Amino acid sequence: MTRLLEVEKLKTQFKTESGIVKAVDGVSYYIDEQEIVGMVGESGCGKSVSQLSVMQLISTPGKITGGEVRFENKNLLKYKANGSEMRAIRGAKIAMIFQEPMTSLNPVLTIGQQLTEMLVLHLKMSEEDARKKAINLMSLVGIPAAEKRLEDYPHNFSGGMRQRVMIAMGLSCNPKILIADEPTTALDVTTQAQLLEMMKDMVQQFRASLIIVTHNLGVVARYAHRIYIMYAGRIVESGTTKDIFREPRHPYTIGLLRSIPRLDEEEGAKLVPINGLPPNLINMPPTCAFLPRCSHKIKKCQTEPWPEMKDVGNNHFVRCYADTKEKKK
Amino acid sequence: MNRSQDVILDVTGLKMYFPVTRGLFRRKIADVKAVDDVSFNLYQDETLGLVGESGCGKTTIGRCVLGLYKATAGKINFMGQDIAAMKEKNVRKIRKHMALIFQDPYSSLDPRQSAGSIVGEPLQIHNIVTSRSEYRDRVEELFRIVGLDPSMSGRFPHEFSGGQRQRIGIARALACDPSLIVCDEPISALDVSIQAQIINLLEELQDSVKQLSYLFIAHDLSVVRHISDRVAVMYLGHIMEICKSRELYQSPLHPYTRALLSAVPIADPFVEETRERIILKGEVPSPLNPPPGCPFHPRCFMAIPECAEAVPELRTISEGHKAACIRV
Repeated sequence: MTRLLEVEKLKTQFKTESGIVKAVDGVSYYIDEQEIVGMVGESGCGKSVSQLSVMQLISTPGKITGGEVRFENKNLLKYKANGSEMRAIRGAKIAMIFQEPMTSLNPVLTIGQQLTEMLVLHLKMSEEDARKKAINLMSLVGIPAAEKRLEDYPHNFSGGMRQRVMIAMGLSCNPKILIADEPTTALDVTTQAQLLEMMKDMVQQFRASLIIVTHNLGVVARYAHRIYIMYAGRIVESGTTKDIFREPRHPYTIGLLRSIPRLDEEEGAKLVPINGLPPNLINMPPTCAFLPRCSHKIKKCQTEPWPEMKDVGNNHFVRCYADTKEKKK
Repeated sequence: MNRSQDVILDVTGLKMYFPVTRGLFRRKIADVKAVDDVSFNLYQDETLGLVGESGCGKTTIGRCVLGLYKATAGKINFMGQDIAAMKEKNVRKIRKHMALIFQDPYSSLDPRQSAGSIVGEPLQIHNIVTSRSEYRDRVEELFRIVGLDPSMSGRFPHEFSGGQRQRIGIARALACDPSLIVCDEPISALDVSIQAQIINLLEELQDSVKQLSYLFIAHDLSVVRHISDRVAVMYLGHIMEICKSRELYQSPLHPYTRALLSAVPIADPFVEETRERIILKGEVPSPLNPPPGCPFHPRCFMAIPECAEAVPELRTISEGHKAACIRV
C-alpha cells in the first residue's frame, strides 16, 4: 500500500485569555491508500482539531504552530490557508464531513445548488453535467427520488438524509481522502448503522481512504483497519485494530475498554471507571498528561517528561514508560 | 439486585396524544400519538430500562409517570394511587416519592443557585427537615453519598465539571428518599471515561439505599442492558419487546430488537467479525401518521401481509419475555 497522507509533529494552539491551549501537541500519523483509520478520544483531546489543521480550517485565535502535512509530495502547511493551492485540495482531494449536518449545510440554498457548486468549481463541469452527476451521487448514497429532492432545502430533509447529502458532497469530486468527524453521533442507532455501512461501501467504490474521528470504540472496532488513540493533544497509542483491542498497552486505552459497557458482557459485570478528569490543556506539566489518572504509574513517570512513542512490535506504538503488558494479566 | 415481588409502579393502557392545532381557533387537525397503549410494571428495587430511538415515546412515558403530562388515557398506579387520575395538587404530594435525573447537567441546574441550595431545595419544598442544622446535615450527607466534597456546597454549577454536575443532580434527586427515580438519558451528555463513574454511582446507590427503583430511559442499548434488570424496547409509541436484560442479547425475539442490537457495534473486532448485521431500510415514520397494523412492518425484514392489518398485542412468549409480533 502506498502512503497517501503523512502528518508529522503537528502542533496547533489556541490563544485564550487564561493562557495558550495546546490543543494538538506534536501529533504524527499517516494513512495509506484505501485504508480506514480511526481516531479515538474524548472531547477536547484534539482529534477534531488535528483534522481541521490538516485542512487548514483553523481560524483565530487558533494557529498551526508547527509540523508538516505531506500529501502528494507537498507540505500542505506551506500553502496559504485560503490560497488557490489549498482550495484545490480542500473539498476536492481531501474532503470532510462534519458532525452537525444542519449547521454545515446552507439553509437558504437548495441541496442541488450546494451539490453542483462544488462540481462546477472543482471539476469545471457545466451546470447541466453537474446536475446529472449530483442526481447520480444522491441515488448512490441512498436518497430516494433524487431528481425531485434536488430542489429541496436542507430543512426538508431528516437528520439522516442530511448526513447522506453531506456524504454525497464529500464524495462528489472523487477525493483521495474522506475525513468524517463524528459523522453519526447526532443520529439514531439504526440510522448510524445504515450510514456507516454505506460510507464503508462508498469509499471502497471510490477507492478512497477514510478517517473516522469518533469517541465510540465500537464504531472503530467494526470499521477501522488501524486506530490512533488520542489524549490531551497527543497520540498515546496506535496500531492495527486487532492489536489494540487484543492487547491494549497504554493505561488510557486499557482504562477506556474497561469502562464501557458491552452488549455481550456477562451478567453482573462491573465497569471500572477511569478516575479523575481529563486535564485542562492550559499550563500542562511536562510529565505524562494521563499521570494523575493512571493506575499503572511507576517512579519514572513522576520525574521524566512525557515519553516518546515506543514500538512494541507489529507496527504497534505506545507512549508509556510502564510495562503494562505484565500488569494486565 | 434482588428483586422483591412488590410492584411499585403499574402502568396499564397508557396513551399520550399531543394535539396538533391549526388556525386562529386552534382547531385540532390531528394527534401525535407519542405513546399509544403501553403497559408495563416496575418492581421494588428493580431497574427497568426503556430503550428506543428518538421519538419512540420513552421520555413521554417518563414524564407521564412523574405526573408532568396529563395522560390521554390509561392508568399509572404508583404506590397504590392512580397518578393519571389525580389533581395537580395531589400529584405534588406524591411526587415527593419520585424524582427525575435529567440528561443535560448543564441546563438542568440553576446557574445562580449554589450547589448546596440546589440539593437542599426539595427538602424545604416538601417540609422534610425541621431545623437549619438538620437541613445542613442532610445536605452534607447527600453530598457524601454521591461522592462530592461537602465543602464545595457553596460553589455554583459553573465551577463543577460535567460529571460533578450530574452528581449534584443525583444528590437532588435523592434528597427526599424517593422510591422511584426516572433517569432520562443521565449519562449521554458526559465524556466516555466519566460515564462509567456515574453508572457505577447509580448502581451503588440502588444497593445501599433501601427500596429504590429506577426507570432508566436511554438510547444506548449497551448502557441500558448493563444497568437494567429488565428492558423494554420501544418503537413509535409502542413497546415491541420486554424481557430480562440477559435475554435481550442472547435471545431477542422481535425483529426490531434484533435490528437494533445488530446496529450497536461492540468494542471488539473479533466479536464484530462474526456478528449478524441487519441494516434496516428507510427511516422511522412520523408519529403523526403511523403506518397501519404493526408500526414496524414497513421496515421489517420479516413482514408478511397480515402485519399491516392489526397492531400486534404484546404477548408472553416465555416466562417474563413478551413480544409484540405475529411472526415470533
